[in-house]
Amino acid sequence: MSFPLLTATAVVPAVGAIATAAVPAARRTAAKWLALLFSLATLALAVAVLVRFDPDGDRYQLTESHSWIADFGVRYELGVDGIAVSLIALTALLLPFIILAGWHDADPLETTSSRWRPTQGFFALILAVEAMVILSFEATDVFLFYIFFEAMLIPMYFLIGGFGDRAHAGSDENATAQRSYAAVKFLLYNLAGGLIMLAAVIGLYVVAGNFSLQEIAQARADGSLDMATNTERLLFLGFFFAFAVKAPLWPLHTWLPNAMGEATAPIAVLITAVVDKVGTFAMLRFCLQLFPEASKWATPAIVVLALISIIYGALLAVGQRDIKRLVAYASISHFGFIVLGIFAMTSQGQSGATLYMVNHGLSTAALMLVAGFLISRRGSRLIADYGGVQKVAPVLAGTFLVGGLATLSLPGLAPFVSEFLVLVGAFARYPVAGVVATLGIVLAALYTLVLYQRTMTGPVKPELAKMPDLRVRELAVVAPLIALLIGLGVYPKPVADLVNPAVEHTMSDVQKKDPEPEVEAAK
Amino acid sequence: MEKLIALLVAAPLLGAAVLLCGGRLLDRVGHWLGTLLAAASFAVAVVLFTDMLGKDAEDRSLHQHLFRWIPVEGFQADVAFQLDQLSMTFVLLITSVGTLIHLYSVGYMEHDERRRRFFGYLNLFLAAMLLLVLADNYLLLYVGWEGVGLASYLLIGFWQHKPSAATAAKKAFLVNRVGDMGLSIAIMLMFTTFGTFAFGPVLGAAEETGEGKLTAIGLMLLLAACGKSAQVPLQSWLGDAMEGPTPVSALIHAATMVTAGVYLIVRSGEIFNAAPDAQLAVTVVGAVTLLFGAIVGCAKDDIKKALAGSTMSQIGYMILAAGLGPIGYVFAIMHLVTHGFFKAGLFLGAGSVMHGMNDEVDMRKYGGLRKYMPVTFVTFGLGYLAIIGFPGLSGFFSKDKIIEAAFAKGGAEGWILGSVALLGAAITAYYMTRVMLLTFFGEERWRHRATASPEEPGAEPAAETRGGPGGHAEPHPHESPASMTIPMVLLAVGSVFAGGFFSIGDRFVHWLEPVTHHDHGDSPLSAATVTGATVVVLVVGVTLAWFQYGRRPVPVVAPRGSLLTRAARRDLLQDDFNHVVLVRGGEHLTRSLVYVDHTLVDGVVNGTAASVGGLSGRLRKLQNGYARSYAVSMFGGVAVLIAATLLMRAV
Repeated sequence: MSFPLLTATAVVPAVGAIATAAVPAARRTAAKWLALLFSLATLALAVAVLVRFDPDGDRYQLTESHSWIADFGVRYELGVDGIAVSLIALTALLLPFIILAGWHDADPLETTSSRWRPTQGFFALILAVEAMVILSFEATDVFLFYIFFEAMLIPMYFLIGGFGDRAHAGSDENATAQRSYAAVKFLLYNLAGGLIMLAAVIGLYVVAGNFSLQEIAQARADGSLDMATNTERLLFLGFFFAFAVKAPLWPLHTWLPNAMGEATAPIAVLITAVVDKVGTFAMLRFCLQLFPEASKWATPAIVVLALISIIYGALLAVGQRDIKRLVAYASISHFGFIVLGIFAMTSQGQSGATLYMVNHGLSTAALMLVAGFLISRRGSRLIADYGGVQKVAPVLAGTFLVGGLATLSLPGLAPFVSEFLVLVGAFARYPVAGVVATLGIVLAALYTLVLYQRTMTGPVKPELAKMPDLRVRELAVVAPLIALLIGLGVYPKPVADLVNPAVEHTMSDVQKKDPEPEVEAAK
Repeated sequence: MEKLIALLVAAPLLGAAVLLCGGRLLDRVGHWLGTLLAAASFAVAVVLFTDMLGKDAEDRSLHQHLFRWIPVEGFQADVAFQLDQLSMTFVLLITSVGTLIHLYSVGYMEHDERRRRFFGYLNLFLAAMLLLVLADNYLLLYVGWEGVGLASYLLIGFWQHKPSAATAAKKAFLVNRVGDMGLSIAIMLMFTTFGTFAFGPVLGAAEETGEGKLTAIGLMLLLAACGKSAQVPLQSWLGDAMEGPTPVSALIHAATMVTAGVYLIVRSGEIFNAAPDAQLAVTVVGAVTLLFGAIVGCAKDDIKKALAGSTMSQIGYMILAAGLGPIGYVFAIMHLVTHGFFKAGLFLGAGSVMHGMNDEVDMRKYGGLRKYMPVTFVTFGLGYLAIIGFPGLSGFFSKDKIIEAAFAKGGAEGWILGSVALLGAAITAYYMTRVMLLTFFGEERWRHRATASPEEPGAEPAAETRGGPGGHAEPHPHESPASMTIPMVLLAVGSVFAGGFFSIGDRFVHWLEPVTHHDHGDSPLSAATVTGATVVVLVVGVTLAWFQYGRRPVPVVAPRGSLLTRAARRDLLQDDFNHVVLVRGGEHLTRSLVYVDHTLVDGVVNGTAASVGGLSGRLRKLQNGYARSYAVSMFGGVAVLIAATLLMRAV
């Protein structure tokens, strides 16, 4: 038997979590380095997956399959397609940056020992989330997926509730209360979604008799597994609801601004750039494959919800007074684009949506982490507390601007490629939807540039006069992200080549063909 | 030879990368490095141009394919260049004027501590602008299109510590984004119609396509052009863009970037030719803007804003000509080139005046400067004669041709457009004479009066690092250094001779004809009549201005003025409209949405969850402030569910 590479990619961060947690209390720095080391080892394994994966080969590769709960047909089945590979690579890539950016976020406060925060726990939880996210990208057994999809809520809950931002406008107790509100809200929303999904997972078992994604999808494709229309629709809605909470889609989005606002910036990145991607990923992998007819049936409604997310998220971002909440609403708008791309059911839309997941991870990480560096200097999340930063910290301001330009999908940076593909893909199927979504690009420019103007330009606020520019550690976080944003903006071919064949499979699952152009252009 | 095309873009791009990422070590040489790379790009352009001249007119077009950019099923976007006569014209204009303005900036920005970054941005602009005119497909053009927008944003807001500059920069980007929406939608329409957005296949298949689709594409392209070229109704950003350093106004907001809309329309000629309704819209936009800009230009006391109004108006001429179809394409581009020379020269002259006047911009506080700045006076004066269309100078040839072409459109349309163009010529003569008289003639109104200090808004803040104590004192007008006057002189040469040179044996027409085609149209008036009329309106405009500003002393504080004057000072109230409707309205919208999101959406979802899942106890504890609204929430939740079900049924 060959080396179980996929299992290893998830086991390494899991072991890392345990090892980090076991480091003695006094040796905090050692724990940090250990966590960083394990995240880098995971990255190395993810690169190995990337190398071993053949985009033009079988649909699922590097598969592993073992019997687990034989009575219920639950199997430990792993396998990756191009979409999963690119998202695993994104996760493994972002984690070292998240750890490095959060290097001091869990240091004990000097003043009182009662407020001491366990550094080890912080980094162990981050690695635990990584392990579970990677496993949910790999699982091809529905039940196995469900377990990790739900289990990652637990470490996330503690990361949000236990390690909130030190910088908060209100008093300390008020901050703690808001933080636990955010954490509980996160948990309840996602649990509710998970419970409904659980019902659907059981329902699927009743109908199909097993949990294997590949078997069920195969049986659906060749007609040996017939589902009643209503059954299929109900099951689809059960799955989709959970993913729409996670993604998050309007109107199930309100937990995200709370969670991203209260969590520290690196954890906010972990939520939006990594964990939430499981939601949109699962729409592609499970909803479309298992329930192709129901997916097509629900498409118009979902497209409408996605459009509302795009516009509504962007408008709310414009109205925010808190930097991190602004980025959260921007993310809601971006998730609208991803969902729109998936349900446009065109090659461009779905390839675009997958690229969007990767690029949104990079751009949000760049913007949010720099915002976090900024917030840690001033001790406030309020936009109004800043002004004129570019004069005292030009490098910080410059990187913040690049992150912002990526967020507004400036051509030349990676997000443009994916956003334009989504727009074209949506337009080809639903012209009106394409035009409405295009409004989002104006609003994105508005919220990004307003944020930049209010924080970075104008006269320098007296409190900021002595603000230091980016430090070496911080630059080491931001510079590679910016390089990737530019690199993938100019030459996205490697990721596109990885993703395209997988998208073709999905397109054939739902038996959709791209609309033909009206005029055959003279070549 | 085609391998050289990429070098055109690569040289300034390299400059931008090095200057923006390089550290303080480059502060001492950065500006020369930037200038050198701009000049290198110009040298490559000259080589390519000589090579092109050596070939037959029909096969001068060069192509270079670099790599596949976005490879997705059914969607092909490449990084590939196309250099034909139209692109070549732009490349020469951009690199030559660009290099001159780099040189000028060496002197103009001498005392600015962030000069290295300024040159980095200028290089970035050149690279993006060259990409825009060299792309062989609309998507790559879009990259250059937004790239110049970014450079423009960075340069307008270069003095970011000035809130007005930061606001102007943001406004420019946002208004341009509205135009970019048009370009996005146009590209999407091309993709669904033709399956591609490369110039060759799209333009080649335009004739076989339904007129409706082409009209839609054409209107969307026009929207894009309105944004970039500051045409009504998206013109509001250009006046504010004068917050940027003056070399930026000369290069980006006069000579090159703002003319990109004209390029877009002329490049897409085949689409417009087959969509008469879209063409009509183009001519209307051009005609309205040429009057709009001219009227605004008459009322502004800020020298740069007066010139900005003029730019808008002159681009209106070009757009008008481009809307005329094959009758006008060539002349649109010809006017674009001559305008590039004289308007850049005028802006550089304005910058030189400000340089010598402690960065004062109010023309009412100038006067009699010809004695103190002879070189500036002469070069500015030649630019002035060129723009008003003084016989024999550049603007005379190019504008006259546009007016002729407008009449040649034929029918009532031709008469209306021709008359508007003539009227515009009269107003141009009026407002430019006003600028000239206020600045260089008359009393020395700056005597015994301190000019704007850097602390006061309105002064170009280079003074902060430049002037020192002089900022508050009476100005001592003086001529600018050679690095600034040499570019002015060279541009003046272009302003004088370019038009005549292009017109000898119609060589400009023959040069562009293989790309844009040319049609003489059918004019009801003879060419001599039109020329005569142009000269008459020129004299009328100049005389009127002389009676108002030359014969009488000019008050230092602007009189209240007529209703029209007051409206024109406020950009014909368009900004006020924007402010009330878009800014205020937008603020109310976002604020109420924030409230709705916090109470209603959150409440409804929580309420639904509570009623469905029995989580109410936990939730009520969390937000006892909203406990009473639960009934409302649940009702709302039910409503949403019902609505959702109905929606599902309906689809």
